[in-house]
Amino acid sequence: MEKSNVVLHVADVHKRFGGLHALADIDLQVEEGKTHAIIGPNGAGKSTLLNVIIGKLAPTSGQVVFDGTVLTGRKPYQINQLGIARVFQTPEIFADLSVLHNVMIPALAKRDGMFTLNMLRSLDSETGIRAEAEHMLEDVGMTNRREMLAGSLSRGDKRRMELAMCLIQHPRLLLLDEPTAGMSRHDTNTTIELLKKIKSRGMTKVIIEHDMHVVFSLADKISVLAQGRIIADGSPDEVRGNPKVQEAYLGGAH
Amino acid sequence: MFEVIFLQFLNGLDKGAAYALIALGLTLVFGTLGVVNFAHGALFMLGAFCAVTVRMFLTMETVTIDPEKLSPWGAPLEVREPLVQAWLGDFGAVLVNYSVPLSILITIPIMLLVGIGLERGIIKHFYKRTHAEQILVTFGLAIVAQEVIKSVFGPNPIPQPMPTDLRGAADIGAWLGMQANVITYPVWRLIYFLFAGVVIGGVFAFLQFTTFGMVVRAGMADRETVGLLGINIDRRFTIMFGLAAVVAGMAGVMYTPLLPPNYHLGMDFLVLSFVVVVVGGMGSLPGAVAAGFLLGILQSFASMNQVKAIFPGIDQIIIYLVAVIILLVRPRGLMGRRGVMEA
Amino acid sequence: MTTFMSRNDLFLFLGFTIVVLAMPIWLAPFGAGYPDLLQRFMIFGIFAVGFNILFGLTGYLSFGHAAFFGVGSYAAVWSFKLLTLDAIPAMIFAVLISGLFALIIGFLCLRRSGIYFSILTLAFAQMSYNLAYSVLTPITNGETGLQLTLADPRVLDAAVGQTFVGQPVPTLLGQQLGGYAGFYFCAGFLILAFFIAQRIAGSPFGMMLKAIKSNQTRMQFTGFNTRPYALSAFVISGMYAGLAGALLAVTDPLAGAERMQWTASGEVVLMTILGGVGTLVGPVIGAWIIKYFENILSALNDNILARFWSFLPEGVADVVVKITSKFVGDGWHLTLGLAFVIVVIFLPGGIMEGVRRIAAAFRRSGSSSAKPSARTQPAE
Repeated sequence: MEKSNVVLHVADVHKRFGGLHALADIDLQVEEGKTHAIIGPNGAGKSTLLNVIIGKLAPTSGQVVFDGTVLTGRKPYQINQLGIARVFQTPEIFADLSVLHNVMIPALAKRDGMFTLNMLRSLDSETGIRAEAEHMLEDVGMTNRREMLAGSLSRGDKRRMELAMCLIQHPRLLLLDEPTAGMSRHDTNTTIELLKKIKSRGMTKVIIEHDMHVVFSLADKISVLAQGRIIADGSPDEVRGNPKVQEAYLGGAH
Repeated sequence: MFEVIFLQFLNGLDKGAAYALIALGLTLVFGTLGVVNFAHGALFMLGAFCAVTVRMFLTMETVTIDPEKLSPWGAPLEVREPLVQAWLGDFGAVLVNYSVPLSILITIPIMLLVGIGLERGIIKHFYKRTHAEQILVTFGLAIVAQEVIKSVFGPNPIPQPMPTDLRGAADIGAWLGMQANVITYPVWRLIYFLFAGVVIGGVFAFLQFTTFGMVVRAGMADRETVGLLGINIDRRFTIMFGLAAVVAGMAGVMYTPLLPPNYHLGMDFLVLSFVVVVVGGMGSLPGAVAAGFLLGILQSFASMNQVKAIFPGIDQIIIYLVAVIILLVRPRGLMGRRGVMEA
Repeated sequence: MTTFMSRNDLFLFLGFTIVVLAMPIWLAPFGAGYPDLLQRFMIFGIFAVGFNILFGLTGYLSFGHAAFFGVGSYAAVWSFKLLTLDAIPAMIFAVLISGLFALIIGFLCLRRSGIYFSILTLAFAQMSYNLAYSVLTPITNGETGLQLTLADPRVLDAAVGQTFVGQPVPTLLGQQLGGYAGFYFCAGFLILAFFIAQRIAGSPFGMMLKAIKSNQTRMQFTGFNTRPYALSAFVISGMYAGLAGALLAVTDPLAGAERMQWTASGEVVLMTILGGVGTLVGPVIGAWIIKYFENILSALNDNILARFWSFLPEGVADVVVKITSKFVGDGWHLTLGLAFVIVVIFLPGGIMEGVRRIAAAFRRSGSSSAKPSARTQPAE
């Protein structure tokens, strides 16, 4: 593997909660432009890993490097400003704002989020941002809902809108935490199509997913996490054939 | 110098005891119900006015005019006779004398009813609403309570005498084998301190050794899990609110001889006791008690002339200053659990 | 490019301006058409509009805004004493000082959120109040309150050779600011304050503030450093409070510490909630209603009540007078408290939500026979 290709490097990360070793010796390399899936049984530490990457949790030891910049120790908003966006397991949205505003805010964040005494600009101008948001909503097929309050959307629509909120920032790395959980088969397929479309734009993605259908339709590479450790790593076909993975899934079922 | 410091320490104890008792109830309510209760000070005040009411009834008099005797001004003499004394003789006089501690007996059921009524009537509808809305509704209730008291009892403080036997000062210095008459401390304050100790101990014992208390403690730690066990937490929490009201009410009753109660007594103590709760750590019962005493004693030291000479005005702001520093440096307070209301 | 103001916003602003400027006329039948009360309507309107910029938009509930109000008053009176009796420098001075004060306090308080933020603001306000009464007496003149005297230096007035006879009063370009002149002076500021608040609420900046209220977590993972934005809102609303405090000093040049007490902070919270938190006109209406009823109810007494209820049979009338008298005069705060509790329980959106509900009910009954409403209604 060529080093220059690796955009996200999780290096020797450990995370302990009291006596619980939630993440042990995690070493993960995500290549530019690829879709990297993390799978594993419940409680394997998948969400903890995402939280460490995004700065919500600090690792007990080890560090996360994004494109040569150490993320560990930075605030969540700084990490986002470096070009990392995240879709949460339960949608984190602005429930009492309209769908259009929900999508405009991340675009504003990209421009003004760091607050360098740019009050006057952010007070007045939204040049281009409204148009860009409308365009984004068209992409995810939600133009007809743009004036609705985000809180009144269906669960599937909330997820799609959250995805739009991430995509409008044109992140270099997109983290998806079970993007299709609780969706109907139809919605799941729409989401897969949407994610494939983004893939063709060359965005790097890390995706946590239970649904093997989703994983095998999207992933270029899969890491399997069990009890806080990576037990297998490789292309979808390699992972599919790995006996350790079968064991982890069957053994972890109890 | 040691005597001076010891004396200030003692002086801080009774105020600290009052803070601790109010903060204890506030914390119980916050820890169990998750409600930020701005009306808690009002419960303290209501307790104090229970004492006022009891004394009013006990000191009701009949006035008869005795045509046989004349007053020094030559008018017929008005004979005032307290009703209790007429009915119960000397025992009535004892009742009047001990009106303040006796009021506690009446205050307990009244405050229990007030607390349960408040929780069932209003507070329970606010469990799921934001802290800001809880603050607002209880703030409104506090205003209503204080205005009702004002319109019934008037705006002026109403002094409550302490029992005659318990007036005067105790020579604590002499008890401890020091020089006599150096460290003296009013008996009633000492009683207040001991009373607070008993109440606090009682609450802790109740929570520690009864199954009811165990469930409540478990609920404070993790409400959802306890709910999943099929235990009706809500009814217990209602009773906890009543208990908190009783503690505040009793604290108010016993404090009346130290500070004549008026209608804004509750508000005065409320702000301070919130500070106490925050300093102790939101949701921590031992923290609330410790912080109550700590701040009472700190306030007492800050009002020493020697201290004021160095930091002018420190006595006016010491409590708030401590709160600000604690909140900024260690937001979970002295003994708060990590993650409770931290942000 | 976006247009300067949407049509709806423009109508709202013009309507507001007309309503305010015509107040002496339309309030006269309600017994409120006199300058003293009207000035207070303006002043507390500004206070509430500013408070709403913080609480209504960002959701941070401050229990210490009266401190900025008080600082504004003191700053204005000092400007009258030291510089000139002209009101404009006093306004500027007061807004700057209270803004600076808000910057420091806000910087510290905004390190926490939720109830901790509320308690921090409360603690700072109580410290200010206690200090104003004690150690800071040289600046605040303690319990007596800071007032103007003939002996004040007023260097700018002295420089242009202006002298006064009798009790000094604030002026605007040499014109005394009593009576209706004072009202229109304050009204101008209220209209300006409303305009700025309207612009803020409609701007991307306002949108971000609302987003902070809606979901702080998302804001952070979206790349927003929320604290400076919340601090900006805090400082702006502190400056509004300072402006209101300064105007109170213009109409009545005596600044007392009681303006900083936490009950005064509570009052502006009441106004905002009663009117409708997060709306533009709500807080102003809340302020007007509270000040109006304070004025009317606290002036009532048993005699007036007896006359009012005289149509009832004798015994009944006595009882009714007895009961109602508890709610007026000194007891008017009881009415206020009850009204507030009822609003928070049944109408959390305040009067504005009530208006909206009534309007919606009318629209529904009016249009049920006609075509169904085109707007998408969220499912209950």
